[in-house]
Amino acid sequence: MSTPVANPSNALRAPRPTLRQRWEAGNERPVWMEKPKPAMQLGKAILIVAICFMALYPLFAVLATSLSSQTEIANNNGLVLFPKEPTLAAYQTIFAGGVVTNALVRSLLITLIGTALSLVVTVAMAYGLSRRNLVGGRFFLMTALFTMLFSPGIIPSFLMVKELGLLNSYAALVLPTLMSAFNLVVVRSFFMNLPQELFEAAKIDGAGDFRILVQMVLPLSKGVLAVVGLFYAVSYWNAFFNAMLYLNDDKWPLSMILRQYVLLGQPMGDAGAVAEIAVPSQAIQMAVVVVSLLPIVIVFPFLQRYFTKGVLTGAIKG
Amino acid sequence: MSSSSKTLDPAGSAGPASVLPGSAQAPGAPEKSGKAGNPGEHSKHGKPSKTGKRSGGARNARTAAQRRGSLWSRIRRDKVMLALILPGFAYFVVFHYVPLAGNIIAFLDYKPYLGFVDSVWVGLDNFSAMFKDAAFWVALRNTLVITGLQLVLFFPVPIMLALLLNSIMSKRIRKFVQSVVYLPHFIGWVIIVAVFSEILGATGVVPHVLQSLGLPRFDAMTTPEFFPFLVTIQSVWKDAGWGTIIFLAALMNVDQELYEAAAVDGAGPWHRMWNITMPGIMPVVILLLILNLGSILSVGFEQIVLQRDNVGPGAGEVLDTYVYFHGIQDGQWGPAAAVGLVKGIVGLFLVLGANKLAHFFGQEGVYSSGKSK
Repeated sequence: MSTPVANPSNALRAPRPTLRQRWEAGNERPVWMEKPKPAMQLGKAILIVAICFMALYPLFAVLATSLSSQTEIANNNGLVLFPKEPTLAAYQTIFAGGVVTNALVRSLLITLIGTALSLVVTVAMAYGLSRRNLVGGRFFLMTALFTMLFSPGIIPSFLMVKELGLLNSYAALVLPTLMSAFNLVVVRSFFMNLPQELFEAAKIDGAGDFRILVQMVLPLSKGVLAVVGLFYAVSYWNAFFNAMLYLNDDKWPLSMILRQYVLLGQPMGDAGAVAEIAVPSQAIQMAVVVVSLLPIVIVFPFLQRYFTKGVLTGAIKG
Repeated sequence: MSSSSKTLDPAGSAGPASVLPGSAQAPGAPEKSGKAGNPGEHSKHGKPSKTGKRSGGARNARTAAQRRGSLWSRIRRDKVMLALILPGFAYFVVFHYVPLAGNIIAFLDYKPYLGFVDSVWVGLDNFSAMFKDAAFWVALRNTLVITGLQLVLFFPVPIMLALLLNSIMSKRIRKFVQSVVYLPHFIGWVIIVAVFSEILGATGVVPHVLQSLGLPRFDAMTTPEFFPFLVTIQSVWKDAGWGTIIFLAALMNVDQELYEAAAVDGAGPWHRMWNITMPGIMPVVILLLILNLGSILSVGFEQIVLQRDNVGPGAGEVLDTYVYFHGIQDGQWGPAAAVGLVKGIVGLFLVLGANKLAHFFGQEGVYSSGKSK
């Protein structure tokens, strides 16, 4: 990938590498670009390191505190930069009682089931709407898109869940947020950009719409499904407000336990090892934060490659 | 539906569906009308009405509807697709459109034990009560202060960050930094508030640093005057990196030859940034700015509902939390729903207006993305 400037006529004709190509090719400085001054380089390097530090240090501080003993935290006036004698005592405490363990299992189940349901409904609707000239297609699409413009409001939504008899049921955490119109549009435009000739050929061979979806469209869509699945999973994992609104505390997911222990500093109502500690210690609080963070941090790198490939930029540009 | 009519529509309409008006075609043009009658399988065709018009004039003005076959035959053709759409459609109706009608509660003296039907109709009383309620005006003021501050302090950060990322030459370093700044976007507000109380709270790093510099230490998490800044700082931490995505996409679309030409003419890096990069991404910047203006009544509800009690309603109440605390917590259903309804309607018009404005500036609005396809 060179930029030929020696021969002017050649330079006029040869297509210049776009920025994206340059990015994907890696470390490539265009010929015309001068090497930056060392001072400039240094300033930029410092800035980048500072940004990464600001993004990551808070998470590290939480981890450091969770691994410290209570005496070490107290000796350092609440601030531990790096634990001298790392201990897992806080983690042993939170997993000894049932509260955090149960909430963790609940959160994982809600996230898994919710994400699966959301993906199924989103893919089905997106596939249906990807058919050009579908009867009523425009109406169905507009019905979905308009939900991006308004929200029915907290109170009517609450009353709807109540009228459906979903109060204090796990379904109240999944059904009201089953699908997002944004994700629907992302998946739909991906489906529409697939080569339609393939599906026409399959149709001539006698494959039905559903079979084409399962056997042809889905295998081609792993990347976009991974990204949209990540969006859904993250929102289910992080959701707390619906749980706060609809569920009694014996059904709370981890995010609500976190709020109770850490933000409000209150023990849980029911019996358990943690509840016996009147006010959870700082190390225990931060251990709960780490446990909540862990699934996100684990999953993130695996999905990272999909959105750096430009799935998202393409989707946002529509 | 027989599979033959699905796989090849012309064959289908010549078979059992031949009584339908769509198949009453001029004998001279069976092939062409077969194509137009089946645009779903011919993606190159644009809108059906267009194809109808184009060829309809030549051949005795058959309408687009006739050309496509009757409604019933089209439903039969698309039955699998329609069945797949149904669950999602039902979701939007049940959890978005029906609750929308539930906003009628704003005109009722709603009592949960009476329900919608038996609660007393009070007309606009809830709305006049709203304007008399000092707490409402406080919530409105706080909302505008916070969104205003976010516009000034948050909005430029992703742009600058994108410019910085864009200037990193090494692919590996750039990818790494991108990963790092995207990560906080996926962390929930409960966790973020917990993390921030560890950093900015009474025992956190920042107060320690302030103290060692001889400055007064203060608890940023509970100081009411600082609350709008706190909320903005948290938003920057969470979403500034994620916000770079759209600007990076815009940067990729800037014509690279301009840079080369400018460099050949002796323009330095700063010159190029000001005179090529900035004008190049300005349309996207303006578009996003306008759309941000459209949502000035909405601030992060989850973020603020978690922290409102740390600073008290005087500083921490915004419109959404007002609706939640007054309505669901205190049981003033009607008046709170009135506030929610007014906020929703004004917000809708602001968004629509912003989109119009964006179109006026020649930009494609966000909500046209679906239509244009």
